[in-house]
Amino acid sequence: MEASPLVLVVAVLQAAVRSGTPILFVCIGEIYAERSGVLNVGLEGLMLVGAIAGFSVGYSVGNPVVGVIAAAIAGALFSLIHAYVTITLRADQIVSGLTLTILGTGISGFFGKPMIGQVGPGFDQIAIPGLSSIPILGQVLFRQDAMVYLSYLLVPIAWWVMYKTHLGLAIRSVGENPATADSLGVSVTKVRYGCVLFGGAMAGLGGAYLSLAYTTMWIEQMSGGRGWITLALVIFAAWNPARAMLGAYLFGGADALQLRVQAVGIEIPTYFLMMLPYVLTITILVLASRASMRRRIGAPAALGLPYAREER
Amino acid sequence: MKLRITNHRSTLLIAVFALAGGLFLQACGGGEKAVAPEAAMEAAPGNGVPVKAAFIYVSPVGDAGWTLAHDKARLVVDELPYVETAYTEAVPEGAEAERTLNQYVRDGYNLIFTTSFGYMDPTINVAATSPDVTFMHCSGFKTAPNVGTYFGRMYQPRYLTGMIAAKMSKSNVLGYVAAHPIPEVIRGLNAFALGAQSVNPKIKVHVVWTQTWYDPAKEREAAESLLDVGADVIAQHQDTPAPQQAAEKRGRYSIGYNSDMSSFAPAAHLTAPIWHWEVVYNKVVEQVHTGTWTSSQYWGGLADGVVGLSPYSDLVPQDVRDLVEAKKAAIVSGAWDVFTGPINNQAGELWVPEGEVMSDGDMLGMTKLVEGVVGTIPK
Repeated sequence: MEASPLVLVVAVLQAAVRSGTPILFVCIGEIYAERSGVLNVGLEGLMLVGAIAGFSVGYSVGNPVVGVIAAAIAGALFSLIHAYVTITLRADQIVSGLTLTILGTGISGFFGKPMIGQVGPGFDQIAIPGLSSIPILGQVLFRQDAMVYLSYLLVPIAWWVMYKTHLGLAIRSVGENPATADSLGVSVTKVRYGCVLFGGAMAGLGGAYLSLAYTTMWIEQMSGGRGWITLALVIFAAWNPARAMLGAYLFGGADALQLRVQAVGIEIPTYFLMMLPYVLTITILVLASRASMRRRIGAPAALGLPYAREER
Repeated sequence: MKLRITNHRSTLLIAVFALAGGLFLQACGGGEKAVAPEAAMEAAPGNGVPVKAAFIYVSPVGDAGWTLAHDKARLVVDELPYVETAYTEAVPEGAEAERTLNQYVRDGYNLIFTTSFGYMDPTINVAATSPDVTFMHCSGFKTAPNVGTYFGRMYQPRYLTGMIAAKMSKSNVLGYVAAHPIPEVIRGLNAFALGAQSVNPKIKVHVVWTQTWYDPAKEREAAESLLDVGADVIAQHQDTPAPQQAAEKRGRYSIGYNSDMSSFAPAAHLTAPIWHWEVVYNKVVEQVHTGTWTSSQYWGGLADGVVGLSPYSDLVPQDVRDLVEAKKAAIVSGAWDVFTGPINNQAGELWVPEGEVMSDGDMLGMTKLVEGVVGTIPK
């Protein structure tokens, strides 16, 4: 039984969407946080908190949807720590973010102990009637699970809010020049708090995708470094939610492709395929480190800088 | 990246709190846990020395795989009246491992098990400065007067699972989710393929290397990729049960690893080649207790019981079980072993001539695949 090439191409693309989805959630949240000027490198910890909260609540009530909501709430609450210490206390964002990763790993491991070996409820693949029968595209995009469909809704909304609404303008201005935004009556603190909490909620969703959709179990440190990959993806996406979608699928797709190339038995150096997304990211990072380039790709000017009114 | 410290006081405060909090939680979560000495310790039989055994784990006990299997065995020896145990989980391989080992030595532990290949040099280094402590390193090849090694012939039960997989397959394609391309993994894959071919010469084993021990999402995706090319039984070498779930979701079968993984995929899981480390731990603990321990390289198999099969699923028919049990009996009796010729390599050239049995040295250094495996070893 050998699968035809077309079937395999569809399978790779379908897998690209699936494996890109957890990092897509996290990435959209982080874009908002960074657009408002707050770098959160604690995504790995937030994902783990989301994964365990989503799994344990989903498992207890037997409903994955409730688990997803719990994961978002847990992520938002956990990111409150980051918001408080970086926005209110104006502490260093990187130190606080790393803290979040250490804490998140510990907390999720601690509360996850009784969940080890349990199988929870999960999201199954749902083919959307009509759309899923479109050749190739329909099979790739519309034979996925409910959380993937949720991400399809979130990306355009995130883009629209960011670029077409007053709120988005406020967020971007706070990240570019908080003093000016403040003088125009925008509350820097409120906007930044909101963005960091939203970022936490989205990272929670990304984690929940791993424990409720990708697999239906909890094991410690199951995020496997995806939080760190997302930090690179944000830069790759140039802080734009729409480009994040493309980037996430590219990151996911490179992995899905190399696995399938192996499964078919074609002899090509898989190490090369595996490093492709990282090579792209490093290239962009190198380019982005030049100030002129930084401006062009759209890095928020006040990213990483705490804001204090007195220092205006 | 330039680290900009803007508010030194609160930054420092947060860092301290976080570290304290993280360490506290790790400790609560069983990061470092000493079990209180048994009251019966003084009344130990044979008037031997009390054994304080420490275990160093590479991943969290919650990995549901490799480390869990070791920890289950630790709990077994912990029941002995003259033994107390402690463990540290998720210890990075390297300098951190040496620090942890030295700490246990200072705390008076007289037996330390290091349960991952990467602890080899740290174990040898610390052992050199702690001659009174017995060290047992899992899966390595370096020894010292107070350092022994232990491992199991996992390829034997893997061969048996290959037989079951081939009997259950309708597509004649099996999928093997391989971890890192090292001899241990290659040996398991080859044994699985040979077992499968022994009952069905037409069978092909497709292999995908994830280059991970522990990444459930990636391992599920690797299983998906094998299911996509028509594999209807999935076997694995990683520590997470993710490939099992992938097989179940697609209505196919799976073979677990490390421990019984049937709870994760009851409708797919046929059996699993599993570890019974308590076989080693019981023996070593007793030897240290009675002062009869000497350094050696232990590599036990089905005959010792250090490796075995988890209970068969109801899906496995009786005639298949009989076939497997007969083969198992042959291996246990020593009449036959897995890598007995004739065996061809992947290119179809004769590798092990008829009637010859591969030496332990060749098995431990295995770097090529047998005929019938589809895929290559990443270079």
